[in-house]
Amino acid sequence: MTSASTGAAPPSWRARFASGAAVRLESLIVLAVLCIVMAMLSNVFFSVSNILNILLSTAVFGTLAIGMTFVISSAGIDLSVGSILALSGVAGAMLTSNLELPWWAGVLGCLAMGAFTGAVNGFLITKGAIPPFIVTLGMLGVARGFALVLSNGVSIYGLPPEIVWLGQGRPFGVPTPVIILLLTALVAHVLLAQTRFGVYAQVIGDNEGAARAMGVRVERMKVLIYTLSGLLSGLAGLLFAARINSGEPTAGLNYELTAITATILGGTNLFGGRGSVLGTLIGALIMGVLQNGLNLMAVRPFYQQIAIGTVLILAVWLDRINSKEGWRR
Amino acid sequence: MSLLELRDVRKSFGAIDALRGVTFSVEAGSAVALVGDNGAGKSTLMKTITGVHRPDAGQIRFDGVSIVGKDPGRIREAGIEMIYQDLALARMRDVASNIFLGRELTRSVLGMRLVDTNRMRNEAEAMVARLGARIPSVSQMTGQLSGGQQQSVAIARALTFNPKLVIMDEPTAALAVREVEHVLDLIRALKKDGISVILISHRLTDVFSVSDRIVVLRQGQVIADDATRDTSMNAVVAHIVGAHSEPAS
Repeated sequence: MTSASTGAAPPSWRARFASGAAVRLESLIVLAVLCIVMAMLSNVFFSVSNILNILLSTAVFGTLAIGMTFVISSAGIDLSVGSILALSGVAGAMLTSNLELPWWAGVLGCLAMGAFTGAVNGFLITKGAIPPFIVTLGMLGVARGFALVLSNGVSIYGLPPEIVWLGQGRPFGVPTPVIILLLTALVAHVLLAQTRFGVYAQVIGDNEGAARAMGVRVERMKVLIYTLSGLLSGLAGLLFAARINSGEPTAGLNYELTAITATILGGTNLFGGRGSVLGTLIGALIMGVLQNGLNLMAVRPFYQQIAIGTVLILAVWLDRINSKEGWRR
Repeated sequence: MSLLELRDVRKSFGAIDALRGVTFSVEAGSAVALVGDNGAGKSTLMKTITGVHRPDAGQIRFDGVSIVGKDPGRIREAGIEMIYQDLALARMRDVASNIFLGRELTRSVLGMRLVDTNRMRNEAEAMVARLGARIPSVSQMTGQLSGGQQQSVAIARALTFNPKLVIMDEPTAALAVREVEHVLDLIRALKKDGISVILISHRLTDVFSVSDRIVVLRQGQVIADDATRDTSMNAVVAHIVGAHSEPAS
């Protein structure tokens, strides 16, 4: 056989950008355009304090979206992230406020509760062979219910100052949650793009049968992926509770909507196979800028829900149109 | 001692008995063709060997060691590779990651084991060149390649890690005539290197041109197991359609 390539067109500049860069060009353009529009509509938009504000409001659902990126890359979905956030925050607050344990026990409690709940999701999905959509929809109710039961439906106030610093501190003028979000994103980006764990998560979303046939332990991987999503939901719960200095059973309501939207906006394939954490970070910033802009323009919060939902549907629709001309199945 | 020995392998899916006591063996450096009608159990049998399915009963020994209950990764490590009919490729990943799928090369960075994309691309490049496969670039998305090129990727993956046995499930079904010849030449070359092949194929001319033995599977049982030179196209066809119903001893 000859080694000449047969009629393969040279890749377009767009394809080359997409294969070389971790972030989709479209996501960056959307973010840039949105920022320009907001800057024209409001003269405080580009102030340092407002930009830090945007980053701060992005931190909680951005952390959820990072976990969601692994889940959606593997062709799964996690609808329970907002509820796990609330359950973890309540658990952490109870450990420090009710049981008067030290601050680090509260931190570990938050993370452990999140990881445990995520692991339960993973076991039900793999051992129980129940679709992720159903398991995590059920967990959305169960985890929220446990958060309400444990807290008797009321906020748990008075967290240790060390935990409050995690939500309200400003080392070098930058809010702590923003630093935590960026560090988490960096580690998660390497994990997804450069380690076997991340590669296998994407291969499972691409072709689960192939992953299994080539020796990937698919069930074990899925448990780990949902555990990771739970762990990051626990971290988001910690940041949320720390910021408002209370464990709140109604925290993170509808946050799964924002997290999924940020992930899709960032270029992670809704049907699995390909994901980017840095892309998700851009997607989360788009959501943050959108919410911030609507706030600056004094749009009633009710409309924000409409905006977020519309953006999600639009993003998926545009992706579909785009991929029809491409190679994707 | 044979390289691969199956004894009375059984597998059911609910009420369906897919394999009803399969016994046969593969000698080192030989090519065994496995033929049979659709639903005879050929693919189930192969997936049972590669660890995708676990047999309900029976023995499978490879190189003298039982491989029953080992997962697909372990069985690949033991030296059995399979080229699946659907090719089992991750089509959104590049050629190099598919060739190294499940066996990624890694390097250590700050204590983390990171996949070594550059080294995998270089080694994949060498493998593809050695096979003479027509693949434009190993950094290209596998889903962008033609069917024949994707097959080359699956073949390259099966041959990269020095297998002792290569199972091919309908490797020529989707190929043009010239590409079929290439696959048949490859099987002959593997035999010459002492590598065994199990070939599943509907194309009896291919089967007769490369195989040493022909095993006919019918309704989950071996009903004929003959040296290729001792049987004929007509006899094999008769076994496949069930014209001879007595099982082989």
